[in-house]
Amino acid sequence: MNLALVINLVYIVASVMFIFGLKMLSSPATARQGNLLSAGGMGLAIIFTLVNQHIIAYQWIVLGVVIGTVVGVAAARMIEMTAMPEMVTLLNGSGGLASLLLGWSEYQRNQEVVVFSAFVIALTALIGGVTFSGSIIAWGKLSGKLDGKPVLFNGQQIVNMLLLLAILVCIIFFTLNPINGLIIFLVLIGLALILGVMSVIPIGGADMPVVIALLNSYSGLAACAAGFVIENNLLIVAGALVGASGIILTNIMCKAMNRSLANVLFSGFGSVVESATGQGEQGEAKPINTEDTYPILEAAASVVFVPGYGLAVAQAQHTARELGELLEENGAEVKYAVHPVAGRMPGHMNVLLAEANVPYDQLVEMDDINPIMETVDVCMVVGANDVVNPAAREDETSPLYGMPIINVDMARTVIVLKRSLGVGFAGVQNPLFFKDNTRMLLGDAKSSIQGLVREFKEA
Amino acid sequence: MRHLKQITYTIFVTLLIFMALTTPVLAAQEANSSGESLTPIYLAFILALSIFLGFELISKVPATLHTPLMSGSNAISGITLVGALLAAGYDSEMSATILGTLAVTFATINVVGGYMVTDRMLEMFKKKGD
Repeated sequence: MNLALVINLVYIVASVMFIFGLKMLSSPATARQGNLLSAGGMGLAIIFTLVNQHIIAYQWIVLGVVIGTVVGVAAARMIEMTAMPEMVTLLNGSGGLASLLLGWSEYQRNQEVVVFSAFVIALTALIGGVTFSGSIIAWGKLSGKLDGKPVLFNGQQIVNMLLLLAILVCIIFFTLNPINGLIIFLVLIGLALILGVMSVIPIGGADMPVVIALLNSYSGLAACAAGFVIENNLLIVAGALVGASGIILTNIMCKAMNRSLANVLFSGFGSVVESATGQGEQGEAKPINTEDTYPILEAAASVVFVPGYGLAVAQAQHTARELGELLEENGAEVKYAVHPVAGRMPGHMNVLLAEANVPYDQLVEMDDINPIMETVDVCMVVGANDVVNPAAREDETSPLYGMPIINVDMARTVIVLKRSLGVGFAGVQNPLFFKDNTRMLLGDAKSSIQGLVREFKEA
Repeated sequence: MRHLKQITYTIFVTLLIFMALTTPVLAAQEANSSGESLTPIYLAFILALSIFLGFELISKVPATLHTPLMSGSNAISGITLVGALLAAGYDSEMSATILGTLAVTFATINVVGGYMVTDRMLEMFKKKGD
């Protein structure tokens, strides 16, 4: 039997393992095995690639694999769960760079390529380059090394248009004459890197979930393009799966923020908001302290926590879980309702709560909690603001209007844990704070919850 | 009933993918004898089917698991490693080998880091009483 055929058959098995791995991710109960299955497929593909008879120099491979493994293991072990968005962004960038380098290497090996190959090599360099530099900028914004504010300047669109035009020209020239095209190819890589930077700088910190999802998609598409370069079906299947995944997540994020992708990508959110905050205060917020909160919680038969990124900032997830357990011992039904865009990336809050040992059957999605919100006795809003703002439902002039929210104001009592009476990310006033059934528990979320835990233990 | 429909559907799509994957292997052998390459068309065929399948699979993943989904799919995009291994291992120009080795390094970070961190996250998702 010929070896190439065997290798190709193994690639088929590997792609089926990827597919089933992703399928098993549809439930938390099977997700871990699914990931292992997917990793197994990857291992299989790698091993059978190594027996390929064209490989003669193993020393370079060993060098690359060893360095990559050390860095990968160290990063995966040491990263804090709160920093997961940064980690995923860097991994995206790493994948994009790998595809770019692969395309480049193929070009260096053989410059006498047909038009189609030259075109996909150029495409790989473009997508890979944009993914890499875009991810680096996104990482800078997420980790606070760069200012999270959108960078907007006059003529930005014109500059971008010229950039795209130049890239197009480079691709055409390179495709038509790849044999002496190294200079054009390098220029193309440079332009792709600039394009990546230019496309992420106008996006604000609060919109980062969308950007991460989009870059995730790009990294898959880059692998896909590389698959066309080396005519490898496994790269195409795997890359397309990832590309589709990223696009779906991007779409979900955009829907959850009630904005179009174009709106996220091309306009800084801050500039939209300034015109619409002139409503001022809408009444008087009613503050409460921990001693007075305790009897409300003690009497509650159902309690729903609504965590936002503020929970992670205050590192209050463990204390929140402790309070949740005390409430359960007290006979209350406890749930954690997570908005799709809470946190800094899709599903981030769920991971943080899982880390704090909140069982996944207590994590509920927005669409599942909203219909039963009227039956909930107490809603504890911890560090969330815009995603529970009733203006999104009621006030047509609000910039948030139309965004799906968790309807905490429909619960019997709402307790908002908040540092101060300031506005949220979007800079929009929150009428929730002034509702009759709302009480404000001001102060650091962690110490407030600790106070409540103490009340329960002493009682 | 709905479950049955889902299984049939999965089998159907898997078969399609299987067909799409095997065709280029056969096509490549065909092309060797005739000297003409139909590969781009077949590759595009695979691409179309995979995107379709990807949309179906991912839309079933609950919001709770979106972060592990991203890091896990990220690890899958490290599949570039398969190509990079060949690029680094061929006996060709030094520049190509160095670029290939760099590609191996970054793709390995993606694969190893991605799968490990996903496993670390998914390990934390426990049912009540586990």
